[in-house]
Amino acid sequence: MARATVQGRLGERLRWRTAEVVGRGSEYAEATTLMLKVPDWPGHLAGQHVDVRLTAEDGYSTQRSYSVASTPEPGYLEITVQSLPDGEVSPYLAHDMAVGDLLELRGPVGGWFVWRPEQEEPVLLVAGGSGLVPLMSMIRARGSSGGRTPFRLLYSLRSPAHGLYTKELREGLPGLDVTYLYTREAPEGAKREPGRIVPSDLVDHGWPAEFAPTCYVCGPTAFAEKASAYLVLLGHSPERVRVERFGGTGE
Amino acid sequence: MIISRGFHGRRPTADRKLPPGQYETTGFPVLSAGPTPRLSAADTELSVTAETGRRHTWRWADLMALPSERPTVDLHCVTKWSKFETRWEGISLDVLLADVETDADHTLVSSHGGYTTNIPLADLLDGKAWVVHTYEGEPLAPEHGGPLRLLVPHLYLWKSAKWLRSIELRDEDEPGFWESAGYHDYGDPWREQRYRGD
Amino acid sequence: MTSEEHLPDDHVDGNALAGPLAEVFTADVTVAQSECAHCGATGPVARLLVYRDAPGLVARCQECGQVVLRYVRTASAAHLDMRGTVTLAFSLAPE
Repeated sequence: MARATVQGRLGERLRWRTAEVVGRGSEYAEATTLMLKVPDWPGHLAGQHVDVRLTAEDGYSTQRSYSVASTPEPGYLEITVQSLPDGEVSPYLAHDMAVGDLLELRGPVGGWFVWRPEQEEPVLLVAGGSGLVPLMSMIRARGSSGGRTPFRLLYSLRSPAHGLYTKELREGLPGLDVTYLYTREAPEGAKREPGRIVPSDLVDHGWPAEFAPTCYVCGPTAFAEKASAYLVLLGHSPERVRVERFGGTGE
Repeated sequence: MIISRGFHGRRPTADRKLPPGQYETTGFPVLSAGPTPRLSAADTELSVTAETGRRHTWRWADLMALPSERPTVDLHCVTKWSKFETRWEGISLDVLLADVETDADHTLVSSHGGYTTNIPLADLLDGKAWVVHTYEGEPLAPEHGGPLRLLVPHLYLWKSAKWLRSIELRDEDEPGFWESAGYHDYGDPWREQRYRGD
Repeated sequence: MTSEEHLPDDHVDGNALAGPLAEVFTADVTVAQSECAHCGATGPVARLLVYRDAPGLVARCQECGQVVLRYVRTASAAHLDMRGTVTLAFSLAPE
């Protein structure tokens, strides 16, 4: 009997569910947030990802993995897709999908790169480009659970025109500090010269290692590699530096 | 079946030159199972070891002194892309193995970085395989296997080991890196031998 | 997070194994502690380096770079090669 229970759980996680696009939010030209209604969706943990499957009319199908951007809740989730030139899937999701269209998804998966509201330590989030997506889910989960633990976000992006969730981050939340690290072009009057992340960014805007924060780093491989190495050099315990690399270049 | 309206994707095309299940790409996708070794041509040494234990080695200058060929071939990757009419320059395995005495039927090819693949010796001979150092007129780039890779275009591309280091001639077949993890032992794209049992 | 078009040398983390290995394990593998058969390093599977622009998924030790596990999903089977792993330890809820 116990065996049957396990299989039931497993089946749940692996089952493809039908999701309907109920809204689209434009982040910037290449990035779109898809709002998805999934009637039997169990909810997720902030930081987890889902597999998305697209099937063409002749039966051809392909799948990709996307982090969930929204706060955990049953029946609904959001993913943010950056359209990549020559991509097979991302341009379709970002530009062609309309409200009422269907896709399939399964999950959520991943138990390592997650933040749970019961965590009490301070949190440092380090995002490179669209690596902000799972970290935004953590920020939103903290907000919706009434969390009081202090969060700091360092967000590396190409220019002010390439920001995700711009308005929401500008409005801010009590206990959330946001620092923007522009890599190519900074707004007028910015004190920091545009450039890639350096250790002093983490010293000036992160947490001292003595506070024993949990650090979540997400971004393209080169960015994630660098930022996590700097954190360890600055004395953060490797066990407390959780990394999700998602490949590609970008910012 | 849940259809995503307006989604087309990339699917196998019907071109008659394509093996079953493949689609054509004009790019040259880079696949790798590990970090790309940065090797210098000057330090290159290629070895062939016969089943008797007799070892033959070639330094870069030795290889360059051998007669070279310029094959133009189609590539078929097991991940389903095919690329037509790629132009290479290198040394035919017929030339390389001309003085090697062997009764072996099998080979195990090894790369820098630990990759291996097994190929029947007969598939490396009779003008079917090369050790190549030049692609489209340029020295072969590290991500495509430079300075030296194997080219066995009649088999799926995982058999064309990048960063070639050695070829071992063996009496017994020994599965290589992908062959021991569920891929087909031989890998003929025209018979769609992708996975073990295909 | 998107996952198309990579560069040479591009790898992701063990996090990326969560979805594929959910087909063969009932527990989340990415939080399990793995021990590398080559250098003895231990750590959560989520921290392994995963190369996925390949015919299968190749997870390498974050310390020594050797192959810890390989996963190939064919149309009708899954091959999980773990000869690079000494142990895989899961913490589970008490019975």
